[in-house]
This record gives sequence, structure tokens and C-alpha cells, in this order.
Amino acid sequence: MKDNSSQASNPLTRLWRNQESRGVIIQIITITLLFAIIALIGRNVVINLAALDKEFSFTFLTWPAAYDIGFSPFLEYTSQSTHLKAAAVGLLNTLLVAITGCIFASILGFTLGILRLSKNWLVNRIAYTFVEFMRNVPVLIHILAIYSLIITLMPPVKKALDLGGGQFFISNRGFYMPSPVFEPGAWMVGVAMIVAILSVFLFRRWAKKVQDNTGKIYPVFWISIGIIFGLTGIVFIAAGMPLSWDVPALKGFNFKGGMAIKPEFLALWLALSYYTACFIAEIVRAGILAVSHGQTEASKALGLRNNRVLQLVVIPQALRIIIPPLSSQYLNLTKNSSLAIAIGYMDITATLGGISLMQTGKEMETMILVMGVYLLISLCISGYMNWFNRRIKLTER
Amino acid sequence: MDAPRDGACWAFIRGSFELFVYGWYPEPERWRVNLSFLLLVIAIFGVLKDNLPGKKYWLWFAVFFPFIAAWLLVGGFGLVPVGTQKIGGILLTIIVGVTGITFSLPLGILLALGRRSHLPVLRAVCVVFIEFIRGVPLITLLFVASTMLTYFLPPGSSFDLLMRVLIMVTIFAAAYIAEVVRGGLQGLSSGQYEAADALGLTYWKAHRLIILPQALKISIPGIVNTFIGLYKDSVLVLIIGMMDILGLGRARLNDPLWLGLAPELYLFIALFFFLCCFSMARYSLGLEKKLRTGHKQ
Amino acid sequence: MKLKTTVTLSAALLALGVTSAAQAGTLEDVQGRGVLRCVTSTGIAGFAQPDANGVWRGFDVDFCRATAAAVLGDANKIEAVTSTGKTRFTKLNAGEGDVLWRNTTITFTRDVGVKLRFHGVNYYDGQGFMVRKDLGVNSAMELDGASVCIQTGTTTELNLSDYFNTNGMKYEPVTIETNDEGRQNYESGRCDVYTTDASGLASTRSALPDPDAHVVLPEIISKEPLGPATRHGDDQWSDIVTWVLNATITAEELGVTSQNVDAMKDSKNPEVRRLLGTDGSQGEELGLSNDWAYQIIKQVGNYGEIFENNIGVNTPLGIARGLNALWTNGGLLYSPPFR
Repeated sequence: MKDNSSQASNPLTRLWRNQESRGVIIQIITITLLFAIIALIGRNVVINLAALDKEFSFTFLTWPAAYDIGFSPFLEYTSQSTHLKAAAVGLLNTLLVAITGCIFASILGFTLGILRLSKNWLVNRIAYTFVEFMRNVPVLIHILAIYSLIITLMPPVKKALDLGGGQFFISNRGFYMPSPVFEPGAWMVGVAMIVAILSVFLFRRWAKKVQDNTGKIYPVFWISIGIIFGLTGIVFIAAGMPLSWDVPALKGFNFKGGMAIKPEFLALWLALSYYTACFIAEIVRAGILAVSHGQTEASKALGLRNNRVLQLVVIPQALRIIIPPLSSQYLNLTKNSSLAIAIGYMDITATLGGISLMQTGKEMETMILVMGVYLLISLCISGYMNWFNRRIKLTER
Repeated sequence: MDAPRDGACWAFIRGSFELFVYGWYPEPERWRVNLSFLLLVIAIFGVLKDNLPGKKYWLWFAVFFPFIAAWLLVGGFGLVPVGTQKIGGILLTIIVGVTGITFSLPLGILLALGRRSHLPVLRAVCVVFIEFIRGVPLITLLFVASTMLTYFLPPGSSFDLLMRVLIMVTIFAAAYIAEVVRGGLQGLSSGQYEAADALGLTYWKAHRLIILPQALKISIPGIVNTFIGLYKDSVLVLIIGMMDILGLGRARLNDPLWLGLAPELYLFIALFFFLCCFSMARYSLGLEKKLRTGHKQ
Repeated sequence: MKLKTTVTLSAALLALGVTSAAQAGTLEDVQGRGVLRCVTSTGIAGFAQPDANGVWRGFDVDFCRATAAAVLGDANKIEAVTSTGKTRFTKLNAGEGDVLWRNTTITFTRDVGVKLRFHGVNYYDGQGFMVRKDLGVNSAMELDGASVCIQTGTTTELNLSDYFNTNGMKYEPVTIETNDEGRQNYESGRCDVYTTDASGLASTRSALPDPDAHVVLPEIISKEPLGPATRHGDDQWSDIVTWVLNATITAEELGVTSQNVDAMKDSKNPEVRRLLGTDGSQGEELGLSNDWAYQIIKQVGNYGEIFENNIGVNTPLGIARGLNALWTNGGLLYSPPFR
């Protein structure tokens, strides 16, 4: 690069050499480029849609969907419902598998992570092999393989396995169990449960205050359990047990009554959970290892028992390291749940981004909605995890 | 599959093995695929092996490898052109993985630098871009590539589907790389930046000579993890009807001769991915150990 | 310097990737390219399925080959653009395929809403049900409460919903993406019933380990005229696809087969002479060579031959001609005259 001091007199060059004005110039260029690209895309979209005689509008959401959805546990849905409702069913199904998946993945992941640290060679190796094999195979293959295992290995519905007293059945159409039916008076039990939970909440705060002031420790956990189950149980009996069970029974082609966990849900949930759990296990392991050994030794020197050491010293410190990567695993699980489409679990990608897209030919509108929904879910998860992270952050004094 | 079978039946995999590897690539031209695989191995060797004499030239070769391979596979300029429709199986999986890996790194670094820029507009654009890509599942992006992207292009032009998918996969991985690299940049002590400033280095010089080498060193595990993730994600192209190894395998399951062989197929594909990804992970672990030049406990 | 080289190379590669596409002048595009790209399914036995060498075979594929024979003079110059039920129209509209030969039902929405152009019917189908014999079901009216496997993104899923609703029955839909997943689910007993077009049922049944243990119920609940489709806005190309189909049907009607087509060139029947390009210039009017129909019949065969070779009674699918017989034999196939 030649350095011509003669050119420096050129006002444009001078402007470029000045750091601040250069910043402004770069930004102006960025904005111009950005708008040019957006305008170009907008223009192309308009021309292309016009060439195909299509129009961009979301009115199709109010049209009847005309297709059925096999799994809609929360909303009453028929084929006369609108595309909007189909999308809502899909969204709820996505949330269902994401939330249950995150819970199970966390439990499994923490367990595996702690097993990975076990001093028992065999346990350690088994956990290691499991984690390494599972997380190095694409999750889509896990989902397909688990689904294919469930539907080929489980007995067909006519030979469903009775898991106890004609109440629980398992077959390749799903896992059937009795569902609760609330009778008049059930609201009292519900109220009792809420009251119990609130009082546990107050009790814990009080116990903590007592502990801070006097050092006296109550068995908070057991007392909480006692309050919740005790109070709810007493009211339940007093109200005359306003609850009965709808037991599944084989009638015709399928089981009628009760609740069913469909194999599509089961396969997706299992595969997503154990796949994500393998990543969580590594995060947990690294987090615990990162807590310095001196911390453990110090707390033991204070005379704390082993589980108290874990509970009061190691885990709170490890959590600070674990939470940020853990939240991105939750995000991954949620996004991976869109692979449901491969086995026919009706999530938002399969309803709105799948069948609705196909039946209406509105690629642009449906894809914008689907992506918007995922973005919103992602933002909510990261928002919550950030809040949680701030709460447990080290408060430096 | 009512009756349990005795043992696995691997003839299914063996019988269709060539199809699984090459897809529909025309038989007389398969030497080009083999040559590309060989060059890939050489390129990887050149990048990974330390203390090679003339390391600089090996690296240059690795930089040019994707273009050489693209020429070899697609043809033109003296070779018989082969349509990308004919690419399938393991070949497709590797193309998607390797292209994504090669091009997402530079793009990701630029995005990370943009996100840490002092210029608010540039920063905002990068943040929105990164967070948008990271917020949606890859398959929705692939759907966009396969259904919507043609609406965005000038009327009368169209993109090759494989090309569209490669661009989407690269952009997707770049957003994740950007976050990993940003972590590395944040991990550097501000003293490094100040020292670079004190030496009077320009922005690009400071980054090229001082900041990036250190930041990338810290980020290597994260980068490799992103690469592994990307490689595994390459199977998702099946959902938009492209015949990668999984797609082809499932199409072959339809053959009346080979009914009910899904377990063998899934195991074969799982092993294939395990071998690729596990070796990447082990390499990254070894590198991490070697680079941990700091305080030992 | 390094950056610049990379940028230049990427730009060059990008330029390679962007090809001028097929808005108008599909015929020129195909002839320039030297290969015809047909949108086909990812695998339906007998209709479109890759063999162990990856060569596509089947009823729909043969029509694609016939088109290639007419347009390019060589039936083997085809490329299958595989698509699921869901991606087929977007693939066609995006210009990835030149023509769609893929078990596609002609409907109002698809013609008008999805903006396709249909060119007649190459297979008259209707949606049916297949169940295991040991269920003892004789009629679709007995299917209340059953689990039904359906392929998503198809008309079948709408027909099914309508049929069960009208008859006041309930069912559990098990949606699947491709035909082979459907077969696996049905085979394992995940669903009691597999529903799709009757031709698809025959195909699926033939691919089951014990086809005799399954029965196709007598009810046909819908009209499913399957036919080829092209994009809006290219009338010449539309004409070609229309008349490729008509040529195979007319050839059967006139008794022209792949065996006797050379001899028939000198036939005394003026319509045969026009069809095979001995007289007149119909090929040139279409923008093709005059022996276009001769090439179709010579290389692929007439409608009857295509049918019998892929899905007829002597194949594992064993489908009788039924509605797909010529109008002279009590079927619905009826081609406008070559005049």
C-alpha cells in the first residue's frame, strides 16, 4: 500500500482517515445496503407473486382447515376448525414436548453427569460410552430409530400388555392409563392444594429467617411434603372423594377412555431428552469439576455431611457455570422438536408449516408465522434463563 | 416384521453400498468423487498435522480445496458436467458438512467482530442477524431455501437447490460460530486490546496479529463442537426431499426384497456419523490439552 | 490479497450456481440442457422407485421417459427430481423440474389456487382402504374408531376427514410423510387401516411380506384423476405434455405398439400416418421433430404397454385396467383425435 501524503489533502480521503467520520460513513453504507437489499427482495417478491397470480395475505388463517389432527390434548379440534386453530394445536404440542423434554433431559443429564464423575470404574465407563455414542449421532436418526423400535417391538393393540389390574396398557398405539374425572366438589380439593402450596411457601421463608438468626435447622423438605399431601388429602376425604377414574378398555379397533401417550410423542420426547441429556451431562460434569477442590475440603472441615456439601457448597457454585450453556441446550431441544415432522407428531411445523402450507399454497405466510413462533419461544426461554442466571449470580460484597 | 429374525442382515447394506456412497453420480465419472475424497483427506491432514515442512502451502491447498472439489464434482471447464440432482448418499452428506464447515468460519468471525463493533448500526445488524438465525430451527431455514427463496430472487432466475441449501447451512453455522468467537473475544483481557492500540496498529492489523489468534485459540473447543453439530445436522436435508445417506437408505427400505431391515440401516448410518463426529471430538480434546499452555494444577 | 482471491472465487462459484431459469421457453431450456427433469415421488412401488443401481422405474417414470423421447429423441435422458407430497408443487413452481409426473390428483384448488396447469388424466384413481383380513372388516362403514394411516399433504387426508364426518364416524389419523413410512406403520399395526389411492394401495399391498393377508375394501370414497402438471405461462410446453399423453393413448387405440411401430409407419390409416409423422407436420407445429410420437412408442410403448409393464395384472401390483381401459373397452381413456 502506497502512502501518498499528497492525497491526504483530498477532503474525501481526510474524511476516511478520520476515525469518527469513517465510522459514520461505514454505517451509512451499511444502512443503504441493507435497505437496498430489502427493497430489492420486496420488489422481487411482488413481481414473482404477481407472475404466479398469488397474493400475500393472512386471511387463510380463518378458512376451515379441513384436515384432522390425531393428537390434540389441550384443545377441542375438528376438521371444521380454522387453520389458526390448527396452528394453535401445533404450538401447544410443540410446547408440550419442549417442556417435558427439558425437564426429563435435565434430570437424566444431571444423573449422567454425576455418574461420569463416579469413582466406580464400571459406572464411569458405562456413562462415558453412553454419552459419547448418543451425542455423536444425529438426533433425527435417534428419533426415527426409537419410533421404529416402538412400533415394531411393542405388541399390537389387540395383544396390548396389561401392566396391572386392567388399568394400564402398553401397545404400539401408545401407553394407556386411567384419566381422572372430577365430580362436583372437586374444586374444594383444588383450593386446598393451592392453600397448602402457599403455606409451604410462607413456612420456608420463616424457616430460613429462623435459620439465619438462630442457626436452628428445620427439616423443611419433609414438613413441606407433609403439608401439601396432608392438607390436600384431608380435604379430599372430607369432600367425599370427588374423583373417579376413567379406565381405558379395548373396544372395537382401539382403547376407549382414559389417557393415552401416543408413540409419536413418546419417541420424540425420549429421543430429544436423552440426546440433549448427553450434552447436559458434559456441562454438569465440567461445572462440578470447575468448583475448586478447596471448597469441598473447606466445607468438610466445617463438619458438613457429604450431601450437605453437595447441596450447600458445590452445586450452588457449579450452577453458575452450568446455567448459561444449559439454557442453550434447552433452546436446542426446543428447536430440534421441529423434527417431529419426520414421524408425524403434529407440532407447529407439521400443522401450520406442513399441512396448512400444502393445502393452501401459502408458503411465504406460513413460514413467516412458523419462524416467528420459534423466535418468540427462543426469546422467552433465553429471557427466563437470563433472569434465573442473574438471580443466582455471585453477589460480590 | 412379525417373526424375530436370527441375527442381522448386512447384505442389504452391501448390496446398495455404491448407491449409498455415490448417489446417482454417473458410473464412468466416479473417479472424480474418489479423487475429491482423496484430496479431502490430504487437505484435512495438511491442516491438522503439526510440524509439516511447508505448512503454509498445505494450508493454501486446504483453502482452495473446496473450489477444486466443486469443480471436480460439478464439472465444466473441460470435465463433463454432472447435475447436482445426481449427487446423493454419503457424498451429499460430506459436501453439506464440509462446505458448511469451511465457509461458516470466516463468516462467523466477521459476524462476531461486527457484533463487538463500536458502530451501533453495524452492531445492530449483526445482533439481529445472529439472534434471528439462532432462534429458528434449521429445518425451517431449509424450508425457506426450498420453497420461499425463489420468490426473493429476480424473476426469471433460479438457484440450484443444492447451492441454496449450502448457503442456508453456512449461514446457520456462521451464527453459532459467531457466538463462540465472541465468547473468545470477551475472554481476552482488555490489556491485549490496549497493548495493540499502544503499538499504533490499525483495527484490522491489531485483530489479525494480536486479538484473533488468541481469541480463536480459546474458542477452538466451541468451534469444533459447532462443526460437529453442523455435520450431524446435514441429515436434515432429507426433510426437504434431498437424498442424503438417510434419505436414500429409507427409499431403499421400500424395496420388497429388503423389508423390515430398518434396524440395520439405522445402525449403519449411526455408526457412520459416530465415527466422523467422535474422531472430530477426540481431536479437539487433544488440541485443547496441547494448547493449555497456561497454569497447570 | 488472500481475502480478495476468496471473494473473487466465491463470486465466480455463485455465478455458476445461478442459472437462467425456466419461466418461458421450457422447451428450449430442456433441449439446451439435453435432459428432462421430472418431479417424481421418493418411491411408490410400480409408479416410481429407484432400483439397486439407482435407475428410476415405474409407470410415472415411463411417462417421463415418453416426454423425453418426444422432446429429446432419447427416453433415457431424464432426471428424477424426488419430492415428497408436500414439496412437489413448490419444486415445480421453483423451476427445479420441467414437468410433474407424480400421482397427482387434479383438483380445483391445485389448478386455480396453487397455479398449476394440468394436461389430462393418465390414471383414473379413487381413494380406498386396506385392512388386515383377520380384522374381519368387510366395509368401510365398519371402521368407526379405527386408527388410519394417511400421507400428509395429499387430497386423501381431506377426503378421509369428509368421509368419516359425513358418516358420523370417528378415527385416529396417523400422519406420515412418505409411502414407505406408511407401509411400515401399517405393517407393524400402528394403524388398522391404510388409506390412499387404490393404485397406491395395490402398490403397497404388493410390497407387504404376505399380500394375501390384506384386503382392499370395496368402497372408493373419492374421484382421483391423476395427471401431469406444468407451470402456468408456457403454452407451448403445456401442449407438448398434453399431446405426449394423448399420443400414448391414441397409439393403443390404433393398435400401434413398440413391436409393430416400424411396420405401422407405412400403414394405410391416415391417422396412424399423421401420428407417426409419415404424413403432415404435426411434430413441427409442436416445436418438435416430426417423428416425436414414433420415438415415444418405439422407446417406451403405448399406454397399454406402459400400464402392463409396470402395474398390470402380470406384475406384483396386479392392477386390472378397470377405469383405465380405453373407452372402446368400457373404460374412461379417451384421447382427442390427431387431426
